Amino acid sequence: MKRLFCYLTLLVAGGLNAAEFDYGLKARQIASDVHVFVGRTEDFTPANGGNIVNTGFIVAPGGTIVIDSGSSRRYGEQMRQAIAGISPKSVALVINTHHHPDHFLGNQAFADTPIAALAATRQGIGADGNVFAENLYGLTGDWMKGTEVFAPTQTLAAGTLEVAGRRLRLIALNGHTEADLVIYDETSGVLFAGDLVFNERAPTTPHANVEHWLAALDQLEAITRETGFKMLVPGHGEVARDAAPIRQTRAWLEWLQRTLRESAAAGLDMNEVLARPLPPEFAKLPVAASEYRRSVGHLFPAAEQEALK
Amino acid sequence: MKFLLTVTAFVLATLQLPAAAAALPEAIDPLDSARWTDMHKMVLGGAPVVFDDRVIVKAPATAENPMQVPVTVDATALPGVQEVLVFADFNPILQILRFFPESAPAFLGFRVKLQQSSPVRAAAKTADGVWHVGGTLVNTVGGGCTAPSANAGSKEWQQRLNEVAGRQWSEGPQQGRVRMRIVHPMDTGLVAGTPAFFLEEINFTDAAGKRLMRVQTYEPVSENPVFTLTRGNSTGPLDASGRDNNGNAFNVRIAP
Repeated sequence: MKRLFCYLTLLVAGGLNAAEFDYGLKARQIASDVHVFVGRTEDFTPANGGNIVNTGFIVAPGGTIVIDSGSSRRYGEQMRQAIAGISPKSVALVINTHHHPDHFLGNQAFADTPIAALAATRQGIGADGNVFAENLYGLTGDWMKGTEVFAPTQTLAAGTLEVAGRRLRLIALNGHTEADLVIYDETSGVLFAGDLVFNERAPTTPHANVEHWLAALDQLEAITRETGFKMLVPGHGEVARDAAPIRQTRAWLEWLQRTLRESAAAGLDMNEVLARPLPPEFAKLPVAASEYRRSVGHLFPAAEQEALK
Repeated sequence: MKFLLTVTAFVLATLQLPAAAAALPEAIDPLDSARWTDMHKMVLGGAPVVFDDRVIVKAPATAENPMQVPVTVDATALPGVQEVLVFADFNPILQILRFFPESAPAFLGFRVKLQQSSPVRAAAKTADGVWHVGGTLVNTVGGGCTAPSANAGSKEWQQRLNEVAGRQWSEGPQQGRVRMRIVHPMDTGLVAGTPAFFLEEINFTDAAGKRLMRVQTYEPVSENPVFTLTRGNSTGPLDASGRDNNGNAFNVRIAP
């Protein structure tokens, strides 16, 4: 009975919390004119409302440049409000790093500003956006209220982008998805890596090409060796002053790929692959067990096909 | 509390049944599915059943991809299995596949499409006509049976239909294992405008022509099916042959 009471109390408390639908976004300054919102290293839940992603903004001379817009309309709106608390300047540009929902579903809050992404990202949002949004309604519930897909309106390409008086280096990579845009702010030395880099959180792989991803990580690590480099902003997990999160992401992906290939070559059935224990260094990462399970589903069929050739 | 009392009363009532009432007591579904009574009637024709831990069904408790839910059935601990029927209580098409382990162990791995969270069960029939039932619950976001196959939009499968890739493992921890993948859309017929198009029968035979296992597959088996089985005592090459409901046949040899 006591337990039941505790449970009810929890339910009520949880309900009240959710009723406010406040992500509690607080901008953290990581360099001159560069701020980030660091999300939790969790799965999507009704408790976190999808605040599991890192977003950020740069206060440029001619306006702010927003990098990713979060997981819902509410996130985008609250993010914009938090940005207004830091700088009165208008938003000059929103960039979506890739087509996963936690990075673009806040776009509605920036409907009056240019929103840009790589061509394949625009295409991906057009093709898969509604399915992603529906999925997030299922996973986080009413936090998603009013959220609709608002696709980017402009196309970006690799190279230097001068926007609002700031010089950004756009690096078009792929591997986490078909198009992963990395933004290097040369003025501050901040590298926005998007979901090519996870820090102390197991990487997600629903659209991954591991070979390409590993090649992209090599390119990213090269940037961290440039003299101007100051700070790395991963798509998920804490910001870092060095390439450690890149190396951790690489280690996870290499282990994952090796495990799946070895399992397929040894003749294991998918359930036997799922039952394999994770090495301690990876098992300790948040959401490691569930991401491993998902990754087996995403990537084992290809490894299997290779082994059966 | 009231619920607990009701359950207790029910259990007591069950225990007090006259011993002569039935040779096999009414089996209580360990997965507590509202559909079990229907399953017993519809899928097993009301034949005698027992829930039996020797019939193991392995599947993830949470299946991320409802189009490809891995299921492994292992009834090797139960002697004398003649036939194994695999089904899911809450699928729009209940039966997933049926296999006859003629001279191979009663073991088969494959992947299935699930429309919603459901018990996935295997019923293994022994010579006395009793179905021994095992199963597990799979939670999934659903939509597996009414979503188009992943390659529905491409024409690739039309050129590669019934293309088979198989391999045997003759040494190491998986010695005696056979795995085989067949290119086939396995359309359920539940997607508007796409008629049911699926593999119906697969036979595994040794070089001497002796059949190891016969598998009858139904619509819920996943696109491009992958099967895992154990060959038992036979050695040498294996022949795998089969056909779909449109009569497209395949026949391949899998080297040892």
